[in-house]
Amino acid sequence: MATPQTPVLDLDTILGDRERRIVVCCGSGGVGKTTTAAALAVRAAEQGRRVVVLTIDPARRLAQSLGLEELDNTPRPVTGLDTSAGGSLDAMMLDMKRTFDEVVEAHATPDKAAQILANPFYIAVSSSFAGTQEYMAMEKLGQLRGLMADGSRDWDLIIVDTPPSRSALDFLDAPKRLGSFLDGRFIRLLTAPAKVGGRASLKVFSAGVSLAGGVMTKLLGGDFLRDVQTFVAAMDTMFGGFRQRADQTYALLSRPETAFVVVAAPERDAMREAGFFIERLASDRMPLAGVLVNRVHIAGAKQMGAGRAEDAAAQLEEMGGHDLAAALLRVHAEVAETAARHRGVITRFRTSHPGVPLGTVPAHAVDIHDLAGLREIGEALTGR
Amino acid sequence: MTGPSDSPVRLHVVTGKGGTGKTTIAAAMALALAARGQRVLLAEVEGRQGLAQVLDVAPLGTEERTLVTDPSGGEVVGLSVDAKTALLEYLQKFYKLGRAGSILEKVGAVDFATTIAPGVRDVLLIGRVYEAVGRVTKGARKRPVFDSVVLDAPPTGRIGRFLNVNSEVSDVAKVGPVRNQADSITRLLQSPATAVHLVTLLEEMPVQETLDAIDELGTLSLRVGSVIANGVRQPLLADEDAAAVADQDPRVHESLEAALTAVGIKTGPALVAGLLQEGVDHVERARLQAEQHAILQALDIPVHALPHLSDGVESGELGLLADVLAEQEGL
Ligand SMILES: Nc1ncnc2c1ncn2[C@@H]1O[C@H](COP(=O)(O)OP(=O)(O)OP(=O)(O)O)[C@@H](O)[C@H]1O
Ligand SMILES: Nc1ncnc2c1ncn2[C@@H]1O[C@H](COP(=O)(O)OP(=O)(O)OP(=O)(O)O)[C@@H](O)[C@H]1O
Ligand SMILES: [Mg+2]
Ligand SMILES: [Mg+2]
Repeated sequence: MATPQTPVLDLDTILGDRERRIVVCCGSGGVGKTTTAAALAVRAAEQGRRVVVLTIDPARRLAQSLGLEELDNTPRPVTGLDTSAGGSLDAMMLDMKRTFDEVVEAHATPDKAAQILANPFYIAVSSSFAGTQEYMAMEKLGQLRGLMADGSRDWDLIIVDTPPSRSALDFLDAPKRLGSFLDGRFIRLLTAPAKVGGRASLKVFSAGVSLAGGVMTKLLGGDFLRDVQTFVAAMDTMFGGFRQRADQTYALLSRPETAFVVVAAPERDAMREAGFFIERLASDRMPLAGVLVNRVHIAGAKQMGAGRAEDAAAQLEEMGGHDLAAALLRVHAEVAETAARHRGVITRFRTSHPGVPLGTVPAHAVDIHDLAGLREIGEALTGR
Repeated sequence: MTGPSDSPVRLHVVTGKGGTGKTTIAAAMALALAARGQRVLLAEVEGRQGLAQVLDVAPLGTEERTLVTDPSGGEVVGLSVDAKTALLEYLQKFYKLGRAGSILEKVGAVDFATTIAPGVRDVLLIGRVYEAVGRVTKGARKRPVFDSVVLDAPPTGRIGRFLNVNSEVSDVAKVGPVRNQADSITRLLQSPATAVHLVTLLEEMPVQETLDAIDELGTLSLRVGSVIANGVRQPLLADEDAAAVADQDPRVHESLEAALTAVGIKTGPALVAGLLQEGVDHVERARLQAEQHAILQALDIPVHALPHLSDGVESGELGLLADVLAEQEGL
């Protein structure tokens, strides 16, 4: 029941708009971000855009169907597409550690870079810090945009998948968290107390810091602090660069060339999460394309309600000799009930978010893992 | 039904791919154990308050609180483990730090240790769980305070790193009490007192992730107690009917029309085609589900199947999942 205030999300218009350069697919865990990103990329390329898609941890078979056999952090052409409209598609998988290493290599002298890359604390941060993946996705996006801007690659559209975090907001917030860590007061005090703070605070803090340092040395052993200090000293000159780049990419996200597609599942929690994310986009003035509710169950036989099907099935079972038909009616009752629940969830969302363009993608019976499946999803994205 | 002490397992770690039902299953497992008369600690470590939502109770705090009491005398105690609180408790306990703790907090050292220093956070979180498993009653006849502890753990993508506290810590702390603590935790995790349960859906991706996790846990010498196939749907068609539907046998069409007419439903081509398409999809899903189930059953690990609750978990059907789990051997 679409009310006049709820526009339909038509992604063909977005993909067809040559001014759009970046489409970000975000949403909570497992809702279909990677699938949507891949489907949009295939569709845009077949409609004539020169696309690069950045995927994050795609399912193995989906990766294979995009020709992504190895994780080498470089976009590779996808074959098997219809390129008659003049488009093309390159695909890549994010390697977060590699991306981090590359940033270090790009910003430091070879000696210093080697020193950082070998530091145990750096290794731990670059491979396991919560948020590194988001930060590196953002970094990679910035790099791809740079390659597009300076003409080294002839792409005209970047489609980005986002990491499987519990909250869609992590994609926006994690880079700042890592940035503030690298800039963090404590970490700087540890290494160079004299450089920070006014004179008065310096006393209190340096006392606190030496106490803290002492406790941490006691708890963790002296190597730990030494590693951190070496790391910070080596990274010192890069801090500004790191933060600046993260800030630039963040700013890119609020330009009109960007469009956010918020993917959700037709479940209460996922829709609520989508709602939070939309509010956040609005408060940061980031351009929302709309919400895509994925894996929506739709009854094939819309004419018949769940209750009627149950009754008929019961009647047939009583009569006997109609097992198959009775079973099909039970199947329908189940489907119709789920479909009704999904409709309800979507209607509630529309009511509380009038004006937010909303599209739905039907649930396929099986996983999406080939170009044909992606094209089918793509069809559903046009809002028709 | 077994008593409190039949199984050697004291710590149940529940993990799985994101969104497969870890939190739901952890809650159901705690209820199942409490129904045997056990005193169970049910803990989460990501501060998401998922357990409180599933059990429909007030948000869990960093202090243990009884959530559910069972007529058998069993009880479920809830806890949201928080790294910062755990660190301050730890410092207090071993170093009697008192006011110094607040200075640490002020200079940002606590934040640094709990959110940033990789690995330290995990050791603190799991260290708190370790403490609960080992805690004994005061007085002469010491017995464990908790018969078992159920942990709603991070997803499979992070579980290896989370449980592998030893190597995480050895990257950063080579000596000292944190290192010693990590060693004791590892001993518990690798002992028969710990079982990791992998929750999955019977779909390709989560099953693949489960297989990967089993490999990874194996290399860490951690024992997988069971694979829990969640959200399993009952196939509604008998095998020979399913084949006929999948093949779009014209006789299916005829008998469906006849049956609908027999119960007075006006059939039209759209209705019949719609019902048949739903049947085809259902058979395809059921086939996929059976395929994935077979992959799991070929493993040398118990597989428990839990039904899909069509009205959702909020509807109070959690008890149903707990009942199914309670009947499983080896829990
Ligand atoms: N419309 C659909 N119908 C059926 N299956 C779907 C549909 N969309 C996605 N899937 C399947 O759902 C699973 C999860 O999708 P996907 O990997 O795209 O989610 P994600 O949001 O990227 O997950 P993560 O948060 O783990 O990165 C995949 O197996 C995919 O094939
Ligand atoms: N057997 C079931 N039948 C129906 N719905 C279920 C079942 N198990 C879980 N769910 C639902 O699936 C969703 C995900 O479950 P849950 O939150 O327990 O998963 P999780 O693995 O803890 O997720 P996360 O990775 O986000 O922590 C919830 O909406 C829950 O109500
Ligand atoms: Mg993904
Ligand atoms: Mg959970």
